[in-house]
Amino acid sequence: MTQTIFWIIQILLIPVLSPFFIGATRRIKARLQNRAGASSFQPYRDIWKLLHKDEVISEDASWLFRAAPYLIFATTLVIGASIPLMSTALVNSYTGDFLVVVYLLALGTFLLALAGIDTGGAFGGFGSSREMLVAALTEGGLVLSLLTVALISGTTNLMAIPQSIGSVPFSESLPVILAFIGFSIAMLAETCRYPFDNPSTHLELTMIHEAMILEYSGKRLALIEWSSANKYLIFITLGANLFFPRGMADSLELAPVALALAVFLIKVGILCVAVALLESSIAKLRIFRLPDLLFTSFVISAVAVGLVG
Amino acid sequence: MDYFTSPSVFYAILAVFAAGATGALAFRHHDRAANILGNSLAAAGSLAGLLFSGAVLLEGDVPAFGAGSSFSLLSITFRLDQLSAFFMMVICLIALLCSIYALGYVRHYYGRYSVGMLGFFYNLFIASMILVATSHNLLFFLIAWEVMSLASYFLVIYERRESASIRAGSLYFIMTHAGTAFIVFAFLLMYQATGSLDFEAVAQGMAGASPLVRNAIFISALVGFGVKAGIIPLHIWLPSAHPAAPSHVSALMSGVMIKTGIYMLVRISLEILPGPFLWWGLVLLVIGGASSLLGVLYALSEHDLKRLLAYHSIENIGIILLGLGGAIVFSSAGMNSLAALSLAAALFHTLNHATFKALLFLGAGSVIAATHTRNIEKYGGLIKLMPQTALFFLIGSMAISALPPLNGFFSEWLTFQALFQGVISLDVTTKTVFILAVGALAFTSGLAAACFVKAFGITFLARPRSEAVSRASETGIFPRLAMAGLSIAIICLGLFSGAVVRLLSGVGGSLANIGGAEAADAAGFESVSVQNGFASISMPAVFIGIGLAAIAITAVVFLLTRRRQTVIGRTWDCGADLTPRMEITATGFSRSIITVCRRVLRPSSETEIEYHDANRYFPKIGEVTMGLHDVYRTYIYRPLQDLLTLLAGYTTKVQSGNINAYILYIFITLIALLFLLDLTT
Repeated sequence: MTQTIFWIIQILLIPVLSPFFIGATRRIKARLQNRAGASSFQPYRDIWKLLHKDEVISEDASWLFRAAPYLIFATTLVIGASIPLMSTALVNSYTGDFLVVVYLLALGTFLLALAGIDTGGAFGGFGSSREMLVAALTEGGLVLSLLTVALISGTTNLMAIPQSIGSVPFSESLPVILAFIGFSIAMLAETCRYPFDNPSTHLELTMIHEAMILEYSGKRLALIEWSSANKYLIFITLGANLFFPRGMADSLELAPVALALAVFLIKVGILCVAVALLESSIAKLRIFRLPDLLFTSFVISAVAVGLVG
Repeated sequence: MDYFTSPSVFYAILAVFAAGATGALAFRHHDRAANILGNSLAAAGSLAGLLFSGAVLLEGDVPAFGAGSSFSLLSITFRLDQLSAFFMMVICLIALLCSIYALGYVRHYYGRYSVGMLGFFYNLFIASMILVATSHNLLFFLIAWEVMSLASYFLVIYERRESASIRAGSLYFIMTHAGTAFIVFAFLLMYQATGSLDFEAVAQGMAGASPLVRNAIFISALVGFGVKAGIIPLHIWLPSAHPAAPSHVSALMSGVMIKTGIYMLVRISLEILPGPFLWWGLVLLVIGGASSLLGVLYALSEHDLKRLLAYHSIENIGIILLGLGGAIVFSSAGMNSLAALSLAAALFHTLNHATFKALLFLGAGSVIAATHTRNIEKYGGLIKLMPQTALFFLIGSMAISALPPLNGFFSEWLTFQALFQGVISLDVTTKTVFILAVGALAFTSGLAAACFVKAFGITFLARPRSEAVSRASETGIFPRLAMAGLSIAIICLGLFSGAVVRLLSGVGGSLANIGGAEAADAAGFESVSVQNGFASISMPAVFIGIGLAAIAITAVVFLLTRRRQTVIGRTWDCGADLTPRMEITATGFSRSIITVCRRVLRPSSETEIEYHDANRYFPKIGEVTMGLHDVYRTYIYRPLQDLLTLLAGYTTKVQSGNINAYILYIFITLIALLFLLDLTT
């Protein structure tokens, strides 16, 4: 019974919390830039508003454009059920493999890129092209950084990794730290943050993600925005719980799990502050400088894998 | 079951292909009859072959039969061990669906090219591939190999009024025979070492061979079969030959024929040669990594739909070689269960690639038949005109991009796991190669996804980019049936991957150098787990998970928004009239990735401008051609050709064309031989 309740929490936690953390990141950024900023709960209101608006779909769009938001959202739900959130006692040996998560994310990117091309506008196409450039070059660093922690733990199952990373002594944590650096770069790229993409721009010279979703409106735009929020929280969670797993519960008792949830929120909050700080202090890079950064992520992660064992 | 796997059934299958070949030839003046006879008999033969090889695989016994011949070295013998049966099954599965496709597809050749000839060579081609996979004598194998090469050569030049086909065919002819020369050399070394041409006898006799001989055999086999498999840099024939053939033949060549090279590499390195060396595996890993990365990068820069797919074959051969290389490394280190895992990954990817590549080539064939162009820049909007073909092509695209829950994802997952095990359990130098192989595989799948966003997006989405394309219509019932069959195969191979792993584990375990080791801890419908629970996955769960989540979210959104309307409007056009010329082009889509990889790809761009006036101030028409420098031709094949021409120049001093001189040579040789004979006796 408790098992079922915890699974429901596990599945719902990512979609329920994700708009808040997007809002919080925006809010922190605003404060760092001396603006008041909207409330952290604004993204919920935005999604609610979009769900209650009529929708305009391009006459050139096919069923792919209509189906993509639902499928993309579905992939983030499956990923949300496959990553460690609060307790290492929840076991998912079905979809918990880190490659499943990486490739489900790739599935979402693939569908979104196709939807971008589908409407035949000029913006969607180049958005897709840039997105696939970044996504393709991120893959190496992402896989190898996650492989580092997988090798240390002796399993590629994400749910099982935190337990053994938590017991790595500080003196031997160099690979974990290096892998975290590699992972962070990949995370910024995958979640369309600085220095890869500006999440709040609609300038055709610089936008990547926003260009692809330009034709969406109404309920489908709500789903797309919500999925990107999910993706953001998924990456932050992976960063927080795989590389700094302290505070996760190792049983399914109510008290430790509640505590673990609180710690989880604090850790995610800290990482959101870090992202906001980063976004306020650096400039967006030129698109042809991005591969250098992604390659750096790959090399750092490869070194981290080499240092294991 | 015994009845199914008796030799007479096998001969009957070959007889069906023979009937198909001769029947098509006999009715060559009646296109329709030749089509129906040739292709339906090919389909029947393939279906029977599929059942036959499937029965052999499941039953696990090894039928061996055949007869000697009047030559002492040549015996026409067949032996279907698990590996042969597996490859025969792959060949027959793809051939079956390609033949069904051909029933409808071949119609557009009526009256233009001889359908009878096509049916003849097509049947011969399939039969010879089956012989290649099942023959048990080196000499007989070579004959089958040669028939396969020649039949496919004639299929490549089938559209003989196109000069590009003839050029592609000639290149293929030269390359494949250069490869065959290396194969013959490897076989001669085997014969020298063992005194037999029988596979089994050679395998037993090789135990006494020196390392030098074994290395020499491996290298020449790698070059010889590598040409057929299309590994870089021996691939140059592949991107021009595969597209030149009719599409159902391209599907067979890309999906199946190049795998015969893989088949022999597996057999030679893991069965015939005892105790493989570590460096063989490392070389294969390096070649595999390079082929997969370069293959996908070249594919990205292609605008010809079929050439693009052909380059993806090189990529996927690279991925298969990563698995095979891993298997050899593990086998040389005595880690048999890891070798079994790695080989299972390679074989699974072989099967998967056959299904999705065949599907993509068939889809491309339908698109080309409907639009009369292979230039991807002219397509667009076909998802509305050819909705079913588009759906099938999308399934193929997702499978080849290794996206879950389809089969391509699972075999790449298995390959990844095999490589991870190499990173864990081997020493530092070897480990580095494995880490780089993991990186290459990760980048490859990312780039493949980018390439198929381009291939599918530019072909099927947005608006038609040319007049001809906007008049396209859905293909006939047989092509759609075949593509549906392949799509179902792709989904089932993903869903039932556990069962397939169990089967492939048996195939790998039957090889001498793996010695019966199991590939996975547990492989059932529910989940597959490898290496004492190091990793586990459940493909049905991924499938059902995505499905349930999508249904749930659709229901929720529907309930929330059921009173809201959906308006059909125009795409945002910034106030200008939106024309298809404003859509992104294939060139534009991939140019950024090509620019990033410019050191490797060497992009070229030529600008041609025509002016109104002599002073060249007012341009009239400008044309920019973007392509890649062909580094293989410039740095490898051109110098090689120059060297050959040079050497040929020297031989003209001896070979003058003067018949008197030749008679003199014969005379001198005769005298010399007589002296030699005298000396020896």
